[in-house]
Amino acid sequence: VMNDIITTMFNKKFMEELFKPQDLYSKKALRTVYDRLAHASIMRLNQASMDKLYDLMTMAFKYQVLLCPRPRDILLVTYNHLDAIKDFISDSPAILNQVDETFRRLIETYNCLSDGEFQLIRQTLLIFFQDMHIRVSLFLKDKVQNSNGHFVLPISGPVPWGTEVPGLIRIFNHKGVEVKRAEFTTAGNYVTPQREGSFELYGDRVLKLGTNMYSVTRPVETHVSGSSKTLASQAKENIAPNPLAKEELNFLARLLGGLDIQKPAGGDTGFRLNLFTSDEEEEHAAQTRPEELSYKVINIEATQEPGRRAELSRILGELDVEEPRPGSAEKGEDLLALMDGL
Amino acid sequence: YRRERSLALRNSSSALYNNLAVLCPPARPPAFGAVHGTILSLLGSEGPPRQLQARGGGSALSTPLLTQAAWCELPARVLLVLTSQRGVQMYESDGSTMVFWHALDVPEHPAAHSAFARGIAAAGGRFICVGTSFGAVLVFDIPPKGTNVTLNEVLEQHRDPITDIAAEQGQAPGGAGDLVTADDSGTLCLWSTGEEFTLLGQIPGSGCTCSSVRLWNGIVAAGYGDGQIRLWEAGSGRICAQVSAHARWIYALDLAPLTGKLLSGAEDSFVHVWKLSRNADTDDIEIQHCHAECVTDTQVCGARFCDPAGDTFAVTGYDLSEILCYGPA
Repeated sequence: VMNDIITTMFNKKFMEELFKPQDLYSKKALRTVYDRLAHASIMRLNQASMDKLYDLMTMAFKYQVLLCPRPRDILLVTYNHLDAIKDFISDSPAILNQVDETFRRLIETYNCLSDGEFQLIRQTLLIFFQDMHIRVSLFLKDKVQNSNGHFVLPISGPVPWGTEVPGLIRIFNHKGVEVKRAEFTTAGNYVTPQREGSFELYGDRVLKLGTNMYSVTRPVETHVSGSSKTLASQAKENIAPNPLAKEELNFLARLLGGLDIQKPAGGDTGFRLNLFTSDEEEEHAAQTRPEELSYKVINIEATQEPGRRAELSRILGELDVEEPRPGSAEKGEDLLALMDGL
Repeated sequence: YRRERSLALRNSSSALYNNLAVLCPPARPPAFGAVHGTILSLLGSEGPPRQLQARGGGSALSTPLLTQAAWCELPARVLLVLTSQRGVQMYESDGSTMVFWHALDVPEHPAAHSAFARGIAAAGGRFICVGTSFGAVLVFDIPPKGTNVTLNEVLEQHRDPITDIAAEQGQAPGGAGDLVTADDSGTLCLWSTGEEFTLLGQIPGSGCTCSSVRLWNGIVAAGYGDGQIRLWEAGSGRICAQVSAHARWIYALDLAPLTGKLLSGAEDSFVHVWKLSRNADTDDIEIQHCHAECVTDTQVCGARFCDPAGDTFAVTGYDLSEILCYGPA
């Protein structure tokens, strides 16, 4: 399963699409791609487990982006992710090579960006995560998240690399000579950092953000809060007509074209992953999920002319048609119809 | 200072530099504005809250993201200016009518670098200056009333995206200039405004972003991504003071012109109040720390004084759906 998912994710064509300069995805688009990736092996998930997995991924990534000491550290977080992935497939040289290729491309594209550019990337990512406050029990237990879903921002610890510990005021005279020093104190308790993380292919990243949350095995749960004010704007995004639909689905089509979807071997349905403690609990979660938090994943429907777009037809042909569909696609989101219209 | 009331916003604030706009009409409660993605949430001094949308999404394009909003007070009128990935929108001060729209020259195919407008200031009694991600500063000539706004000049001096622009809030000593522009590399440019703007000087950056800047009595106060506040003498470009003020990226600075109080807000959750002064004996410019507030678990993205003496101020942060107000203790 690991091999299949990682192979699909680091597929050359898929990566090429990702590296093209583009706008932030809509939540719908990202969720659709995530669904396809999660089903790139013989593993299957029901809607409720899929929602829970996505919630978990989203909140974990929000935490990592928000708490980065320097904007440039989002790259170290990414390198931590890749280091962990390489560990999962360390005995498959072919896939390892694919991941290394992507790693090198990341280094080439991003290592040279300025701090200002990284802050812009980070600010844009934070727009995506805005108003998401799903409580994750692992985070609640470790006291990195409050019961209202907001993350704890510590005011102690090492300052970012390149920043000085707050407290010093230096005054200079007209000759540029320092003539006076003063200090001020605050509730914060900061220290100087020891060293900077490595941005090379191999190296000590120093930063712990982005490392495996599950390195100590313990159960992880997400708590979806009921209707609350903070969900209002998220709901608005789902309901308001999306003028981006055409261009975004265009992009999705290219992305999906690059994905190699596995058909379960031998015609059986592989295995189903349930993120809840029982089938009944999963079913109950699906029924009680607040309307504002439903992701409304785009479903690709077949048209009467399957031969028209060969690549997409091939993908459709490989989808398990026995899978229960959460709901039919809304008018205007029929991907193939849109492709026909271009 | 102590915390007073909180004003509820309909949307939470986005993580953007200088993300709190304040208008303080005399003898009336202040009006506030904070950007949330593609929307500006307005809390007027009277009437219900209002929302303004970024303009410029075509049929095939998504609504662009707003980068900043600010009220520009000119002698004849007050305009509310919004900057986005697509251009510049100007409204009457209550947000009721759009007065002017300027579209940026955005390349058709997405380039490797984002295009946007950012950095807003009223200058020279009749202009509104807006920065761009190309480093250019657009100077708009604003008529005393009506919609006949014209692009007067484009200042091309910066090579990095503009972050903030500020006009002189006090009395500029001779030769000091009355406008400062700042960019992503930390470079500061000093200008004198007029029918044609003149570049008076440049303070080179060191690669560390200057996210927020103020100009008062010929002193430039600048906040940086490394958490430092630096004071520069505008006329000579020399450094006057350096403060290790914050443990994270500074997002907002504001200055109270009657007293020389300086407000700073950063991602480290802290808001500090400082006092600028001139040493009577040595004539050196000095800065001292007055007050610290910790906005628990919040990355501050907007901080502004609500009166010219700096007795009151307001703060907002990323993911926060309120504006926190502070007043005298």
